[in-house]
Amino acid sequence: MIDESVVDLSRLQFAITAMYHFLFVPLTLGLSFLMAIMESVYVMTNKQIYRDMTMFWGKLFAINFALGVTTGLTLEFQFGTNWAYYSHYVGDIFGAPLAIEGMMAFFLESTMIGLFFFGWDRLSKRKHLMVTWLIAFASNMSALWILIANGWMQNPVGAEFNYETMRMELTSFAQVIFNPVAQVKFVHTVAAGYVTASIFVLGISAYYMLKKRDLAFATRSFAVASGFGLASILSVIILGDESGYNAGEVQKVKLAAIEAEWHTEEAPAAFTAFGFPNQETQHTDYALKIPYVMGIIATRSISHEVTGIKDLIKINEGRIRQGMIAYGLFKQLRKELKQEGKVREETKAKFEKYKHELGYGLLLKKYTVNVVDATEEQIKKAALDTIPPVAPLFWAFRVMVASGFLMLLLFLLAFYFTAKRTIVNQRWLLWSALFAIPLPWIACEMGWIVAEVGRQPWTIGGILPTHLSVSTRTVGELYFSIGGFIAFYTLLLVVEMYLMFKYARLGPSSLHTGRYHFENGASK
Amino acid sequence: MIFDYDTLKLITWLLVGVLLISFALMDGFDMGVGALLPFLGKTDEERRVIINSIGATWEGNQVWFVTAAGAIFAAWPIVYAVSFSGFYIALLLTLFALFFRPVGFDYRSKLKDPRWRSTWDWGLFIGGFVPPLIFGIAFGNLLQGVPFHFDDELRSFYTGSFWGLLNPFALLAGIVSLTMLIMHGAVYLQIRTTDVIYDRCKKAVKLFGLIFIVSFAIAGVWIAYGIDGFKVISMPALDALSNPLAKTVEIAPGAWMSNYETYSWSMLFPALAFLGAIIAIFWSALNAPVLAFIASSMSIVGVIMTAGMAMFPFVMPSSTNPNHSLIVWDSASSYLTLTIIFWASVIFIPLIIFYTSWVYSVLRGKITVQHIRDTEHTSY
Repeated sequence: MIDESVVDLSRLQFAITAMYHFLFVPLTLGLSFLMAIMESVYVMTNKQIYRDMTMFWGKLFAINFALGVTTGLTLEFQFGTNWAYYSHYVGDIFGAPLAIEGMMAFFLESTMIGLFFFGWDRLSKRKHLMVTWLIAFASNMSALWILIANGWMQNPVGAEFNYETMRMELTSFAQVIFNPVAQVKFVHTVAAGYVTASIFVLGISAYYMLKKRDLAFATRSFAVASGFGLASILSVIILGDESGYNAGEVQKVKLAAIEAEWHTEEAPAAFTAFGFPNQETQHTDYALKIPYVMGIIATRSISHEVTGIKDLIKINEGRIRQGMIAYGLFKQLRKELKQEGKVREETKAKFEKYKHELGYGLLLKKYTVNVVDATEEQIKKAALDTIPPVAPLFWAFRVMVASGFLMLLLFLLAFYFTAKRTIVNQRWLLWSALFAIPLPWIACEMGWIVAEVGRQPWTIGGILPTHLSVSTRTVGELYFSIGGFIAFYTLLLVVEMYLMFKYARLGPSSLHTGRYHFENGASK
Repeated sequence: MIFDYDTLKLITWLLVGVLLISFALMDGFDMGVGALLPFLGKTDEERRVIINSIGATWEGNQVWFVTAAGAIFAAWPIVYAVSFSGFYIALLLTLFALFFRPVGFDYRSKLKDPRWRSTWDWGLFIGGFVPPLIFGIAFGNLLQGVPFHFDDELRSFYTGSFWGLLNPFALLAGIVSLTMLIMHGAVYLQIRTTDVIYDRCKKAVKLFGLIFIVSFAIAGVWIAYGIDGFKVISMPALDALSNPLAKTVEIAPGAWMSNYETYSWSMLFPALAFLGAIIAIFWSALNAPVLAFIASSMSIVGVIMTAGMAMFPFVMPSSTNPNHSLIVWDSASSYLTLTIIFWASVIFIPLIIFYTSWVYSVLRGKITVQHIRDTEHTSY
């Protein structure tokens, strides 16, 4: 049996390293676009200030990008180091988008990044602009391939189990690429990145305005960010992630958990705005419900119903029973293959009938290695396991959505007063923009929790349970690695934040052009 | 598709080889330069010259490493799974060492404090010194076989320890890999610098080139006479579905030499490794660093191909259950996935080479102390 504490520690390590990586990714995705927009204005209008804007925000981009690269390396390693069985079991499908991401996107981004910083005097204006756009394009292509891989974990299409190679194998690459879950995720995630960068630029520019310095620089940056941000936040909200939740079976469970919908309600379902979900009693205490809303959010219609958790558990229990049959047949096939060199046609035909539920059978491995001898009690337990922890999902989703609407309000106001050209006088709004800087990060991390905690108990929805996916390592080794990551990451984050604050406070004066606030007094 | 499954498996082996070699050629000199940084640069300005000779381009070079890992994941999932989880502590140390580079390059010049800068210099040193050493040690262990086996559902169990990796032959392989890349880095730095740093590079090429040649020679003799190789006794057809449990393998003295006996042309690889290094040392001394760089690149190709040829078709032999060894023919992904990786490589690798060359040509030229003074606020 697999040591459950190894499973828990491996999950903890993945969550720490992935969430940490995701502190830097959204800003890279969005800021590269904002820089490209600013530089385009520079090339079109020939106004020096837009070049300065590109260079200054590029400086902050670099501080952030360095940690994005650092923490990204971990993820490329970690599937192998800590999730070896996962890597073997689904590498045939999951590995390809990662390899292509490297060749097609990460290479381009990383190669061009040096030219962005060191090519200003060596390239013509247009060529430099092209380099900046290539970085923006490549970082977004990276996101596409990573989310194709992630989307496949949520909704594993275009693949089939092969009992001879003992793994999932690709049957249609097109299905993997055009996986609806992946496509929705991609749009939602990159747009969230654009929002993050817009809030970042908005907040820091507001700070300069509040300090009444470098106003020409600050108002222009503010204007670009408010326009780009408004468009982005609208797409994040309208093209929300949930529209993908009907695409996969496991996604339905996630949806019910987010909404803490214990019973199937008649369409259109009510939305629980507030409450305390209790997984043991399967009831939400102090629930405050708004009629109709959830049906519309979840199904984009008023006539489709959303299946409740209790019914899902019942359905999944049936699948687990079928999965036991599938597992028994699979063992039979392996035995025949070993002893007779080939399998019997009838065993194969039977297995074909049940094999789509093999993953549900594997859920029982947590309780009994042989699966087929599971007791009633174990089957019931495994069926309960198919529901992810409801309360964290319920809350993470609501915090994410609330942050989203707060940011929408902020962008609307920022855009309005920018258009009216009175933004410098709206001090309350500028303060709000400054203190809103953490909001997109909160929303992004909460979104990650919704997506990945909501996927539990699976690493690959309906195919491979999380607890089977780990490497056979020891608890001691995991303490070493988690300790190392926490120590390094904490140290690096402190250094990064220190530099970010220092350069954000210094503002465009850090470019040493002689045109900005701190340079006039010859102080530096 | 134009290839059979068995041909495609062979092409995949070559492709992984190309990616590993490209990584060693490109990121290798960045690592070599990093390992030399505190020793060849005595003052802050000298160190900035050294850092800026690779600062604008190292990031792209590192992607060869990321891509190689990604390609192994995609094309040989079980090799990725067994090697990365088996060499757990070693890989984490590599990873922690690599952490120093992105931040080291970018953050070092952002503050003036000498302690701050010297800390990052040593960080960059670790990022350049530790990974090549560990990669060499890993290869040294592959050549001796690694203690792992599978159960019937292909879950892998690694039964060795981290300290077991640090055996004498593996440490020698670590020295081969480290000195090879330091030589390569010194030659590259010679191209990009002038005056005192240039002269120190010449000395470094000589010193590390010689250590490399000697250690590579000892490793060769050791493999031929001191280390047992692996031999496939029987296995399913070359184009069979990948199942690492279906063959029989034997451990035999001198088995790593059998490919060299069967295909005598393959002796060209070790020859290339030696000749390349010797020529690199001479050209470096004769002030022709560009030619020396080509020679040291040839040497690296020779070294990696020497190891690959010795082991072929083995990718990861198992010392505790030789039958469970991973070989080119039974570790590969499905036909469809290999096809996709093949086409992606055919399209993107030439494209990568194309724009990387363009970036290098834009950023070419010597970095001098004067240049650093002129670009005080924009250089690393």
